[in-house]
Amino acid sequence: MDNLHDFIRGTAILGTGGGGDPYVGRLMLEQELRKCGGIDLINPEDIPDDMFAISVACMGAPTVFVEKLPNAQATITAMRKVEKELGRKFNAIIPLEAGGINATLPLVVAAQMGLPVIDGDGMGRAFPEFQMTTFNIYGVNCSPFVMADDFENTILLETDNALRTEVYGRAVCVKMGGIAQVASYAMTGAEVRRTCVPRTVSLAVDIGRTVRELRVAGKEDICEGLANYFATSDPPRFARVIFDGKVQDVIRGTDEGWTVGSVTMSSGDSDDELFVSFRNEYSLAKLNGKTVAIVPDLLFILDRETGEAITAETLRYGQRVKVIGVAATEEMRSEKAIEVIGPKASKIVEPFVRLEDLAWNGEQ
Amino acid sequence: MHIGVDVGGTNTDAVLLDGTRVVASVKSPTTHDVGSGIVAAISSIMKSSGCAVSNVSSVMIGTTQFTNAFVEGKKLVPVAVIRAGLPATRGVMPMTEFPNHLTKQIGRQSYLVEGGYDFDGSEINRLDERAVVRAAQDIKKRCISSVVVSGVFTPINDSMETRMAEILYEEIPDVEVSLSSEIGRIGLIERENAAIMNASLADLSTAVIEAFRSALNKLDIHCPFFVSQNDGTLMTSEFAEKYPVLTFASGPTNSMRGAAFLSGVKNGIVADIGGTTTDVGVLIDGFPRESAISVDVGSVRTNFRMPDVLAVGLGGGSIVRQTEAGVTVGPDSVALDLLSEARVFGGSTLTTTDIAVAAGYANIGTHSRVSDLDPSMVEAAVDAIHRRLETTVDRVKSSRGDVPVILVGGGSVLIDRDIKGASEVIRPELSGVANAIGAGLAQVGGEIDKIYSYNDLGREASIEQAKEGAINRAVSAGASAASTSVVSIEEMPLAYLPAGAVRLKVKAIGNLDKMEALQ
Repeated sequence: MDNLHDFIRGTAILGTGGGGDPYVGRLMLEQELRKCGGIDLINPEDIPDDMFAISVACMGAPTVFVEKLPNAQATITAMRKVEKELGRKFNAIIPLEAGGINATLPLVVAAQMGLPVIDGDGMGRAFPEFQMTTFNIYGVNCSPFVMADDFENTILLETDNALRTEVYGRAVCVKMGGIAQVASYAMTGAEVRRTCVPRTVSLAVDIGRTVRELRVAGKEDICEGLANYFATSDPPRFARVIFDGKVQDVIRGTDEGWTVGSVTMSSGDSDDELFVSFRNEYSLAKLNGKTVAIVPDLLFILDRETGEAITAETLRYGQRVKVIGVAATEEMRSEKAIEVIGPKASKIVEPFVRLEDLAWNGEQ
Repeated sequence: MHIGVDVGGTNTDAVLLDGTRVVASVKSPTTHDVGSGIVAAISSIMKSSGCAVSNVSSVMIGTTQFTNAFVEGKKLVPVAVIRAGLPATRGVMPMTEFPNHLTKQIGRQSYLVEGGYDFDGSEINRLDERAVVRAAQDIKKRCISSVVVSGVFTPINDSMETRMAEILYEEIPDVEVSLSSEIGRIGLIERENAAIMNASLADLSTAVIEAFRSALNKLDIHCPFFVSQNDGTLMTSEFAEKYPVLTFASGPTNSMRGAAFLSGVKNGIVADIGGTTTDVGVLIDGFPRESAISVDVGSVRTNFRMPDVLAVGLGGGSIVRQTEAGVTVGPDSVALDLLSEARVFGGSTLTTTDIAVAAGYANIGTHSRVSDLDPSMVEAAVDAIHRRLETTVDRVKSSRGDVPVILVGGGSVLIDRDIKGASEVIRPELSGVANAIGAGLAQVGGEIDKIYSYNDLGREASIEQAKEGAINRAVSAGASAASTSVVSIEEMPLAYLPAGAVRLKVKAIGNLDKMEALQ
């Protein structure tokens, strides 16, 4: 159970400000784990070329998810439909996202079906749209893309590109009641290895465990400790605590179903000011007007005492926070990747610069 | 005249109010049977004021009995749940999260039936009434007499829950039914959890409300009485008997409402400084700001209307230490042993109270027992105490800019200087009975929490509809139409859904119809 709570805490942090409330996902997983005991997690490096995997996710509004709960049975129906289209059975599940509620749902489905889960995903964090995956970026076909509702009605989308799938799918999702279970990006073991962001399920567990252990030990600053952890993650990543301060102003609005806005934080002991903008997820951080982190690199805003994630929806004046920047993996930072998940996708004009190449206080 | 009573774990306080004037007040011990403590407290204020019971037009009672019973897992009854939502919601069964010590008493009996709504109000499925009948018969066979009915998006439309309740009443004559839509907001599991908590208190609520009722009878008071809810509004005794869970966390709400009244401040910050902790909350238009995050009660998550109160380890008994890094204050406290442990009372532990005495601004105990303290250490401790309050006040503030700070509670003697971020520091008299005053002043409220389509209805019409709904609810809960107005509107567009769907939470508040007639 410690493992489960660590994982949930980690997925909330990897939600990078978005991804919905993990509460319902945790309960679903608890319920399934009570029945099946455990889930097999396999390292992408260890999977055979001819393994056949499918990514599953829940599409729609988190406000709806808390009433009309995600439905693993409907997800299985969507998977079966893809199998029927392709004439081949799946023997593994791969998560679409590493953060938010969609990091949990694939584990629930895997537990129900007795299938292993591949330790990796298509985003390395949370993103809002189906085309924003490394699977798509490196040429895995999103179609056949099957959506299922609670009645196990299915809709099959065969499109020429993933962005169009996203647009058409989103419209169907509204008609399905604001929530749909999706199976997409069927791929072989070789394709998984070539395209996924590796070891992000265990990364979530490690992040959650690191925070818990630092909290119990009570010796070291939790956020500094978490940033230090990334030096030893697999693969190791550049990470820094970018800011330590207090939330001063939060501006929120919406734009075609996106929660957009920004937050300004002030430092307790200097005149420094950090500005973070978000489009569902945190996308850009500027320290005194200078960019210090930009999407797809990861931004965590954490409670400075507990290390728990604070989402864009729960940001409030007065919160004492620390902001951590974490380098995205190489899969997420290639030229091709930046086209799909870089600043432009979040409507940011400036170009992507690696976190480690950006200057901030105290360094460079 | 009306009476406010606060039945706490330790004390039962009562105040007699004439309009908004406090005529008499008393603090007396809570008794094991609850009732005799209330009788004693009310008798005392009637006697000291010389007021005749026939002049009392209403009695408002705040109580922590139900919260305590649930958290301690005492006096709970078995509960069954019928949820309308199939084919949706199988993923999380009712009571999944309830800890064993609770399910030992309330069980895990639940039934899922076809029904429920989508976010836009359309039916997921028609309610499977035959399945409800079968569930009811099974519940009857199992001799469970308290039942929860819940369903997907029932805060948007409660007809399915109402129909399920009707069926239960037909099948099981003496059944108690808790409708989730009467209790909670959007968030099926949290709302259902709260309804289960409520149902588990069925026997206790009958006993407690009966104790209130017979106490008033004994006093020859025959006017209606009300119970205060966690959002600072009232419910009738009949409604409270059905929905005791709505009293959870009404204590801090009443204390803040009382502080608002005593100080005359409607927008500001209340710091309730006790022996061990300081509870700091924000007043908005005379009501406590509600918590934005979910609240766990007895380790079960709910989506109650809890006041957003930040508790920090600063109180009159907080222990003061000289360390290498400087002087520290708390968070540990000598708590109930203040009167024997603190230096000024002859003890050997240095507490914040000793510091306030040594610094010369509090006059408690024996000053000479702290005269040996190093003045620079005392100064540092006074600084630390004020800084702790300042940081806490700053954390709860909802925007920049100075606001009034109201100090209540016995520990408020610790504060002597201006507070950074405070436009003024107010220390009202009678702050010891702020809870009872808060209960006595409570108004009647109504709330709407629904999802509207701005695409179909437009923003203005949607907001108008929600406002009207909230006002109607307040009026049907007993508010006078003339005094009822909307006090808050929250607008939350549904993220990741380009459907123009927006969740609106609107709250309306009004005076009790009865009271207005008298003023």
